[in-house]
Amino acid sequence: MLELKHISFNVVDEKGEKDIIKDISLTVEDGKFLVITGPNGGGKSTLAKLIMGIEKPTGGQIIWNDQDITDLSITERAKLGIGYAFQHPPRFKGLSVRDLLGIAHGSDLPEDQCCAYLTQVGLCSKDYLNRQVDSSLSGGEIKRIEIATLMARDLQLAIYDEPEAGIDLWSFNMLVESFKGISKTRKESMVIISHQERIMKIADEIAIIADGYVKKIGPQEEVFPELMAEFDNNCSFR
Amino acid sequence: MDKIDRSMLEAVADLHGTPQGAYNIRKNGEGVERRSSANITIEPKADKPGIDITVKPGTKNESVHIPVIITETGVDDLTYNDFYIGDDSDVVIVAGCGIHNSGDKKSEHDGIHRFFIGKNARIKYVEKHYGEGDGSGERVLNPKTEIYMDENSYCEMESVQIKGVDSTKRDTVAKLQKGASLVILEKLMTHGKQIAHSDMVIELNGENASSQIISRSVAKDSSEQVFYPRAVGNAKCRAHVQCDSIIMGDAKIRSIPEIAANHWDANIVHEAAIGRINNDQLLKLQTMGKTEEEAEEIIINCFLK
Repeated sequence: MLELKHISFNVVDEKGEKDIIKDISLTVEDGKFLVITGPNGGGKSTLAKLIMGIEKPTGGQIIWNDQDITDLSITERAKLGIGYAFQHPPRFKGLSVRDLLGIAHGSDLPEDQCCAYLTQVGLCSKDYLNRQVDSSLSGGEIKRIEIATLMARDLQLAIYDEPEAGIDLWSFNMLVESFKGISKTRKESMVIISHQERIMKIADEIAIIADGYVKKIGPQEEVFPELMAEFDNNCSFR
Repeated sequence: MDKIDRSMLEAVADLHGTPQGAYNIRKNGEGVERRSSANITIEPKADKPGIDITVKPGTKNESVHIPVIITETGVDDLTYNDFYIGDDSDVVIVAGCGIHNSGDKKSEHDGIHRFFIGKNARIKYVEKHYGEGDGSGERVLNPKTEIYMDENSYCEMESVQIKGVDSTKRDTVAKLQKGASLVILEKLMTHGKQIAHSDMVIELNGENASSQIISRSVAKDSSEQVFYPRAVGNAKCRAHVQCDSIIMGDAKIRSIPEIAANHWDANIVHEAAIGRINNDQLLKLQTMGKTEEEAEEIIINCFLK
């Protein structure tokens, strides 16, 4: 179980101090699928980075399976079963898709297992296993490979930062199917930062983050209709 | 052959014993073992140190190993090796030089290699440079390579210098005739106070000649690297020069790809990049459970693979 307790995060730049996250508390139960949504600049991606340890909170505590992990490094958190899919995954010259899946898994993966992961994210494994994870891959391809690297790990919590960003509609359809598959077949908890209705619809819970606070959190069946109603009312072109 | 000899031969030529086919092993400035095959003859030069390697026309799928090892301190070895590759042949040449210097004097090997590649012949040339030993004596390798390519010949040249060479000055000149194709892949890692300098001039003189030059390097600590590859198109031709470097610590890298066209239908491109390891790459591998140091090692090994 993941618990965020009164998390705050601020940055200091030339314009002075800015609070990105003011006070966020929430819980993700084991095996649950939480979508975090909300307006841009509300602190969603920062929250994902704080859970993974890429950023350190200014205040508050992060508790993972009853252990305080607030001061643990990224590597230590990864070893506790937490994984993170980048919004813009980096590319590696000279590294093949198979190498990357092997690194994710912690040891060389047999070919058929690599293929199974790639197939689950809608990539034809034969074409991709020996491809380099470099700029020859399209945005959609690298995002799907990123998801496959999380599948190749034995995770208890998978965090995805805007998996839909930068990919085309066709790839997006595949992506939604992949997440449907993951949430049905795998036991890990999932936190997905997303703006996409179709991803929200397959979640167990939705949290709306705005201005550094949790504006609303609850079961998908409850939060999703409210969110849609809010958009409908705001549309001045009706 | 003692233990050091064997480990050096393994490091520079992947040799785990006597090689198959023709070979010549040079140690501390002298030829110590040599064998010719039915199609490939290796003869010592009469007038100066070095060997002539002659591949009969039509020889296919054979290999030649010509490793050089230096295990003493204060050795200054200069050797002239000429390769005569017969028309229509297809061979692999494995060279390489390892210096084990445990003393306080400089040990140096300068290999002057000339390749005369016949019509329609194909060669793959692999050369690894490696240094070791705990002495204060410098380990120096200054190879000079000349490549003369006849019509429709193909040459792939891979040079690797990953560890332990204090100073290297590499000079490569190639002249390509009609339809000839040359691929050069240079991989280099320097550390400590090492210095590496690579000059290249590729002349594309015949119609439809083509060349691809790829240089990948990593400079660590306070080492210095200079790359100066030049592609000159004197006919309808294609060439691509790519220099890509990772810089770390207090290292210095200069990368000066130069392209020149003396014919209206010459198509020559260069790309050069120097940069540090991307922070997101390190973060990505850390989110997979690697430490920062492990992540760095993975990134460098892949880049130079």
